[in-house]
Formats: sequence, structure tokens, C-alpha cells
Amino acid sequence: MSNLTIIPLLIPLTTGALLVFFRNQRIWLRVISLISVFLNVAVSLYLAYQVYHKGIFTLNMGGWAPPYGIVFVADMFAMILVVTTTIIGAACLIYAFATVEEEKERHYFYVFYQFLLVGVIGSFMTGDIFNLFVCFEVMLISSYALIVLGGKKRQLRESLKYLLINIVSSAMFVTSIAYLYGVTGTLNMAHLSVRVAEAGQGGMMTLVAILFLFVFGMKAGLFLFFWLPGSYTVPSPVVTALFGALLTKVGIYAIIRTFTLIFYHDPGITHTFIGILAALTMLLGVIGALAYRDVNRILVYNIVAGVGFIVFGLAIANQSSLEGAIYYLTHDMVAKALLFLLGGIITAAAGTDKLSKMGGMIKEYPLIGWLFLLTTISLVGVPPLSGFIGKLLIVQGGLEGGWYWTTGISLLMSLLVLLSLIRVFLQVFWSDNLHRVKPPQPLKLNAGLVTPVLGLGLLVILIGVCAQWLYPYVSMAAEVLMKPELYIEAVLKE
Amino acid sequence: MEILMSVTTGVLFMIGTYMILSRNLLRIILGTSLLTHGVHLLLLTMSRLKTGVAPIWSEDIGAYVDPLPQALILTSIVINFGVTAFFFVLAYRAYQENKTDDMEQLRGGDDE
Repeated sequence: MSNLTIIPLLIPLTTGALLVFFRNQRIWLRVISLISVFLNVAVSLYLAYQVYHKGIFTLNMGGWAPPYGIVFVADMFAMILVVTTTIIGAACLIYAFATVEEEKERHYFYVFYQFLLVGVIGSFMTGDIFNLFVCFEVMLISSYALIVLGGKKRQLRESLKYLLINIVSSAMFVTSIAYLYGVTGTLNMAHLSVRVAEAGQGGMMTLVAILFLFVFGMKAGLFLFFWLPGSYTVPSPVVTALFGALLTKVGIYAIIRTFTLIFYHDPGITHTFIGILAALTMLLGVIGALAYRDVNRILVYNIVAGVGFIVFGLAIANQSSLEGAIYYLTHDMVAKALLFLLGGIITAAAGTDKLSKMGGMIKEYPLIGWLFLLTTISLVGVPPLSGFIGKLLIVQGGLEGGWYWTTGISLLMSLLVLLSLIRVFLQVFWSDNLHRVKPPQPLKLNAGLVTPVLGLGLLVILIGVCAQWLYPYVSMAAEVLMKPELYIEAVLKE
Repeated sequence: MEILMSVTTGVLFMIGTYMILSRNLLRIILGTSLLTHGVHLLLLTMSRLKTGVAPIWSEDIGAYVDPLPQALILTSIVINFGVTAFFFVLAYRAYQENKTDDMEQLRGGDDE
């Protein structure tokens, strides 16, 4: 029980509220949000360190003991994701300084940015399933605003669909909460776990579980990703980076949390189903990535493939596969953010997102080219980089758990991801394209563009190289997922 | 009473789904609204409708109505109210820019 638990949530919340008053002072907008994101990185690192040494932190809101009040829980899994979120938040913010137009800044871009972080961090840390819905909504409403900011024809059109999809899936979310509450009579996730374990996960419970899977799968882009390519390609690159790195991952987090803490009794049905969905998602994702000829769509379909792979780690559900899933989730957040920021620079420098009109950019932008290659091989899982450990652990877990087919599909997916991204690299940076269209003014690489991509690139290397040092943290997170009683004990201790 | 509420919920879900599947944007928005109303009634029904008196503490009363679903519904209503208002404004802006509210024509392709 410590107030420190919700500080990572309160910092962006207060900053967001504060920034509303500085609408026209650009300098203050930037200074305050910059201080806030770096402060939050420091605080969440400190909290993660504390959790590592002292065990799970909880905070009962308003002093109401669980299961009656809302509880916030900082276990290692949540903390790893919170730390990654804050780091990505900081990197994207610096990139936003360099790319976001003044008009958007004056229309509360940074305010919604902070509230988006509130929603994401809140979803990671909450221990109450209805509060998870509320945090989802905070995140989604900010994302509606961010996606439509700018008000271009195409943006408005795609936002309509994004909004509709999310309203329907939110309605389904509340429906599943209603069923769950009707059956168990509680909303606290730890208490839910106890009740479901006592009553047994019968047919009704499994049905509720599948409903939750449908809801979270929609948000995560697990199989139900038909809305994702359209919506994620319309906003400015920094927003896409943020969405690709954080929003879908919140859905994955929710799937992993509910299916390791609450609905873990009948893996024969639920986990097999998740495994099938994961395999299909991986396949369809890479097919999409190979089918398109514009940079944004290729990158967006790569999100989908990544989602499939992480959820496959959950479907296997043994210690090493869960460690792999956590590892790969962290890596994927960083690498996808980096990939989209680079994609933003590439499309801005080329003045188009059509591959057929790009070429030979290695001469003008060598740094961006090599960073793109670095990200590509890290996403594929080449050893010293961050993707390797996660992939290794998931594949190892898959073979231990007897998921031979799906493991095979996941390895095939890695190769096809390599193909799709290396094709972008070759075409954009190395080819002598005669049809290359040069924009009237070449893009100037300033510190605001280069610092975040260099920082994230360094992080991609460090996560891979320092795996030995990170492993205890990941292992601790996976242990709580494997043994729900640790989580329950920490929340319901009184 | 519970059965009546369940049927009402079902009907609301049905109409909501039907309207969401139509082509006209306004109908779609009203459909989402009806769908959410259905969800709220479901939430209310799930905790049994009338099992006691209002949940205000007093010594001589034994059975209370479960107050939690009402709190949940209130939260959900507020969120839904905000989102629906936003959806209407967005629909109006999109109509101004795209000159149509027919979803079939808002499909969009790669030719832009």
C-alpha cells in the first residue's frame, strides 16, 4: 500500500489538465510536457525498481479495501509496460515538437497526448475490470481527438469508422462485464480470480471469456484487425507511432491479464482458440504487409503480424513462453514506435508514400537508412538485438508445449516480415529509381527528428545486449502471470 | 419482471444492430445509442431488479438493492453521452467535407 503506485498515472493527468491553460503559449506547452514526460520516466523506473525489491505495490482508492473499492496494482508485468510506455511517450513527444503544425498544437494536441498516456498507463495498472473499461475509454477518447486533428477529408472519413468500431466494441465490453458481474458478483480482478476458481470455469464462464477475447481482440487487432489499416494510416506519423506502439498493446495486455489471472482453468478451449486466432493473425498480417506498395500500409500490417506473435506466446502459457511474450511485447513497442517514426521521416523526405516513387535515399539520409535496417533485423529477431530473446523464448515454449504447427507459422512469419521490410529498405534507400519524384524542398534533419529515433535505436540494441540484466525483471513478471495466487495475495492481503 | 427486461434488452440490441448496419450515418449513430441503452438495461437486470429497499443504511432494514450496477451504469452513460455528442459533431464535419452521409460512398480506396 503506497501512494507511489499511482504517481505515473497522476503526472500525465495533472500535466494534461494544466496544459489546457497554456493553449497559445507554445514554449510553455513544450517545456511543461517535456518536463512531465521525463519526470514520468524517472518515477516509473523508480517504482519498477521498488516493485522488484519489495514485491507488488497496491493502492486502494479512497481507502476502500478490496474487493469493494477500486484498486491500483503495480506488479512487475504492468511496471515493465509502464516504463516502456513512458519512454516511448518521451521519444514521440520530442518528435512531435519537430513535426506537429502550430495549428494542431493550438488545438490541444499536447493535452490529448497526455490524456492518451493517462489512459494507457491506467489500463496497465488498474486492478478492477470496470475501471479497465474507464481507462480504455480515456485512452480511446483521446485517440479519437488525435486521429481527427487536422480535419482532412480522408481523416474525417476514416475517423468515423474508427469511432464506430470502438463504440460497438466498448458496448460489448460493458456487456461482458455485465455477464461477468451477474455470474460472479464482483469486479475486482483478484477477487474475480478467486470466485471463478471456487465456482469452476463452466460453460457460462467460458462464454464470458470468449466475449472478453472478442472485445480485447478488437482493440488489439487480434484477427479482428479489418479496421486497423484504414484508421492508422490517416493521422500524422507521430500519432500513428503512438497508436501502433501503445494502443494495440493495451489490448494485448488486457488479453494476457484476463487469461492468466481469471480465465485460466479451461485452456483446452480458450487457449486453443487464442492460438488459432494468433496463427491466423500472423498469416493475414504478413500477407497484407507483402501485398501493398505504400510504406504506411506495409508498416501498419506489420503491427498486425506482431500482435499475432505476442498473443501466440500467451496461448502456449508456460513459463518460458510468457517470459517471451513479455520480452517481445516490450521489444515490439519500442521497435514499432521507431519503425513508424522512421517511416514518417521517409515519407516526409520523399514527399509521397508510394514505393514506386522513391529511391536512392541512402545518399542523402544515410543515418535514417541504417536505422531502418537496424529496426528491420531487430523485428526479425537477429541475435544481438531486442527481438531475438523474445522470439527464442516463445519458440522454445511453443516446442515444449507441443504447438509445432503454430511455431512453424510464427517462424515463417518472421521470414516474411523480413521480406516485406527489406523490400522497403532496398526500394527506398538503395534502388536507382528513374521514376523517383523529388519533393521541391529537401527535408532538413534537425535534432527534433534525429534524437528520438537515435534514442529508440539505441534502446533496441540495449534491450538485446543487456538481456542478462533485464531477465530477472521479466522472469519475475512472468512468475506472477503463471501463479495468479501471488497477485491475489498482494491485492486481497488484509 | 426480469424476463420483460431481458426481452427489452434483446429488442434494443436487435434494433441497434439493424440500424448500425444501415448506410445512413445518422441512423448508425442512433443505432449505437440504442445499443448502449440495451447494454445499460442488461447491466441493471444482471444484479436482479428489486431485492430490497434503496441502499441507504438504516438499522431496521435487512435487504438492500445492489448499488454497484447503478454506479456502473451512471459512469457508462456519461461516457456514452460524451462519445455520442462527439460522434454527431464528427459526422457533421465529415458531411461538410465529403458532401455525403452515405457510408457506401465513404468507403474510400487507394486512388487518392
